[in-house]
Amino acid sequence: MADRPFVHPYIPNAVPATKEAMLRELGLDSVEEIYAEIPDRLRFKGRLDIPEPILAECDLRRHVKGLLDRNTSCEENLNFCGAGCWQHYVPAVVDEVINRAEFLSAYCGANYSDLGKYQARFEFNSQLGELLDLDGVANPIYDWGDVAGRSFRMARRITGRARVLVPRTMSPMRLAEARTLCQPEVMPSHVAIDQVDYEPATGRLDLADLRAKLADDVAAVYWENPGYLGTIEDQGAEIVRLAHEHGALAIAGVDPITLGVLTPPGALGADIACGDIQTLGMHMHAGAGCSGFIAFRDDDPVYAQECPLELYSLLRTETPGEWQVAEALPERTSYGAREQGKDWVGTASGLWTIAAAVYMTVMGPQGFRELGETCIARSHYAARRLAELPGVEVKLSPAFFKEFVVSFDGTGQTVAEINERLLDHAVFGGRDLSAEFPELGQSALYCVTEYHSEANIAELAIALKEVLA
Amino acid sequence: MSARGSDEVQAKLERLGRLRRDGGALRDYQAPRWNEPLIMEQSVPGERGVLVPLAEDEIKAEVGDPLQYVPATMRRPAAPELPEISQHQALRHYLRLSQMTLGMDLGSDISEGTCTMKYSPKLHEELVRYHKQAELHPWQDEKTLQGLLRIVYDCGEYLKAISGMQAVTLQPGGGSHAVYTNACVMRAYFAARGELGQRDEMITTIFSHPCDAATPAVAGFKVITVMPDQNGYPDLEAFKAAVSERTVGCMITNPEDTGIYNPQIDKYVEVLHKAGALAFTDQANANGILGIARARDAGFDACHFNLHKTFSSPHGCEGPATGAYLTSDTLAPYLPVPLVVKTGDTYHLDYDRPESIGRVRGFLGNWMGVVRAYAWIRGLGPDGLREVAEISVLNNNYLDRLLMGVRGVSRPYAEGHRRLDQVRYSLESLKEETGVGTEDVRDRMVDFGIQSFWMSHHPWVVPEPFTPEPCETYAKADLDEWAAVVKKASDEAYTDAAFVKASPHGSSSSRMTGLEALEDPKQWAFTWRAYKRKIAANG
Repeated sequence: MADRPFVHPYIPNAVPATKEAMLRELGLDSVEEIYAEIPDRLRFKGRLDIPEPILAECDLRRHVKGLLDRNTSCEENLNFCGAGCWQHYVPAVVDEVINRAEFLSAYCGANYSDLGKYQARFEFNSQLGELLDLDGVANPIYDWGDVAGRSFRMARRITGRARVLVPRTMSPMRLAEARTLCQPEVMPSHVAIDQVDYEPATGRLDLADLRAKLADDVAAVYWENPGYLGTIEDQGAEIVRLAHEHGALAIAGVDPITLGVLTPPGALGADIACGDIQTLGMHMHAGAGCSGFIAFRDDDPVYAQECPLELYSLLRTETPGEWQVAEALPERTSYGAREQGKDWVGTASGLWTIAAAVYMTVMGPQGFRELGETCIARSHYAARRLAELPGVEVKLSPAFFKEFVVSFDGTGQTVAEINERLLDHAVFGGRDLSAEFPELGQSALYCVTEYHSEANIAELAIALKEVLA
Repeated sequence: MSARGSDEVQAKLERLGRLRRDGGALRDYQAPRWNEPLIMEQSVPGERGVLVPLAEDEIKAEVGDPLQYVPATMRRPAAPELPEISQHQALRHYLRLSQMTLGMDLGSDISEGTCTMKYSPKLHEELVRYHKQAELHPWQDEKTLQGLLRIVYDCGEYLKAISGMQAVTLQPGGGSHAVYTNACVMRAYFAARGELGQRDEMITTIFSHPCDAATPAVAGFKVITVMPDQNGYPDLEAFKAAVSERTVGCMITNPEDTGIYNPQIDKYVEVLHKAGALAFTDQANANGILGIARARDAGFDACHFNLHKTFSSPHGCEGPATGAYLTSDTLAPYLPVPLVVKTGDTYHLDYDRPESIGRVRGFLGNWMGVVRAYAWIRGLGPDGLREVAEISVLNNNYLDRLLMGVRGVSRPYAEGHRRLDQVRYSLESLKEETGVGTEDVRDRMVDFGIQSFWMSHHPWVVPEPFTPEPCETYAKADLDEWAAVVKKASDEAYTDAAFVKASPHGSSSSRMTGLEALEDPKQWAFTWRAYKRKIAANG
């Protein structure tokens, strides 16, 4: 038993007199009479093997915080690792809004109780649509890898073809998620994922290889911008043209924070765009800040009809000038059609869409542009500082936004060794690419954003210099 | 127990209950109604919401114009048409939207049955916002994540104890995602046995969550749905008839949405096992059986929990969410990578699992939810968890007593059997007698500051359904109030049906119009830019 009798603050009816009154009303002596519905052979007879409770909130806080204190955060160490989860600054006003009890604790209440939630969702969709230059934006779900796989399945449903082409520079983690969704070959609804080579000098897609692999059985060509290895892909319009020439869809994977300065997928002619909104106002939370979006053209209803995620449309009410927002095409989802639905939807990352709505609002067009310019300037500056170190070389195209590949082949040390030693300098080094892309040797993917000041970059350069000495 | 005198508490409860049930004390609630324009309508060119860092002069001097590094084809030709608005005006807008959202903390989410809208302790929010949780990169060196890894490992051990299972992953990004993970794990199990071509059918039941049907279909299986018998249980004979050498397994809930515990559940599992198939139970909502019954003890090979339902993580307007997926030793090799393992006193991420299905989600999953679930379990302990279950079940039966006294309410199936954590009721007779149906009553609830209730997943097997779930969070007075609101709406239906059908009368907006736009490509507008374009095109 617990070390003292208690009525738990989260369980009001645990007060013995209340419990008695309710049992009396039901004509019962004990809750066991209700549990008689469960046959004895299926009852758990023991006591759960979990620790005794820490009763006082003060003590519980001390305990859990004490465990978290064993972590080292990116506020204590300087972090230069991105690779799918990036450290950008989160304005305080974003946290203020998403920590509001109404948003934090709401769930699937309908329109008349939760208008604000629906309007915030619509405003998220609308602002992301502006960044992407696409008219259709769906309610986000788990993360980028998941929506990439769902986009491939969507392309299969639209084209009736069962093969997609992706760049070999696609994030291996995202590819693994997409492969799970696209099923093993033995399954009847399998979608084959074939990789297209990249130009070794730049990291751009190898168009010759794309042309060779494109055929009339291809449902979609997918490319990423910037690519996982940081390169800005400048052949988007040509990729779209080639895909369309073969009756395939063009799917762009994008990091939306780049779109204050980079050409949006809609302008390049993409039919579908997907990506992660983590950069738009989410703390990293060890990856929990990720949330995947799907957007699409809306000049042909087939994109909305085959979209696997929830869609919300703007409506009017009986009061002139008043807005409402309601779910469109609901019978298309798994909630409406069970196994006949387009994939499935479920609780995933709702609060993050509200955070991203606030983020896009406070940033505005000028904020996105300035942030893009700062990311480019500081990452290029950092690349130059690192390239000055003996044995260190920056690889691939000089066209990058915030991430770049740093080769340590000339230093005689592995990335693992270097990153280990950087910890002594309170630095998290770049993502080790040696297992994911062995052809790049001992290389790491470094990430520098608007979060990193010139002084931070200097600290990195000094730390690396000492580590490599 | 040194609680206050029993008589004093009783008297207070009776007074509160009388007030609520007489209807005289029902709230005269008016939701905030800000008539708030869309944020895009509030833009004033030149206003700024936040200023971002600019590159330092030395950097500018060295690298020059940053746009020179962007290839010409990739320089954005025109700025995105985002709102331009100052910070206070932006904050105020979103605060108004939050006020026009009746969150669980403020209202009464007994209404949202199957969702387990329990209280999410505020301490947990402080913990997940702490920089040693919020500002962690998922690919930091394991040495710098030892606190988080320990929390995840220990939480996994607790969930194993609660379910009786032997292995766990906390990678899935929600309940449906965990259910999907199960379909993939079963697929890998039969692929390893060379039976995948032969076995291609998954069995579920109509009262199981839609994801139990949808996710095996996404994994590539045919889905067979078993309907209920006259007691509301999945028909055992129909179930037996569905099982064959083609069966992969089952994905079913117990208790189902009806709240009825299936006393023969182990027999269904036996039928599957005899046919060489596997059994999964969807325990998104396990609130009524914590410490009472365990999935493994009924023979199941796998189960899952939603940490945002049973284990207190806030629902956050539908996420971020975490699904805990648990299996027997037999299925453990197929779990997604990485798993958290413990060696001595240190914790590691194990990627070396050759039979794994790979990944269902990037990085590590949503471990904010795990930190909260850990704190919740540690705050309650074994007896506290059992008390959660007992009070949930008691609350539900007490509310049932009140609701079954309301004219027009019925409870289909299994007469004489008590429900556990929730009940699916029907307003069919109310509809027949007054024309007021479940959607009307749902909308009327909002006028009393009560969340519009959850009706049912589709299809509506129970006509005019509604499904409350009064978990351990709610006080007796909350239950009395909730039932009194349903009674009030029923009384009104019999005296002034038109008034109920025109509700809500005090919500944040008037009734929606032009609903045909939701199905019409020429009118639907998923974004503001689409709306403007279509309005222009449609005149």
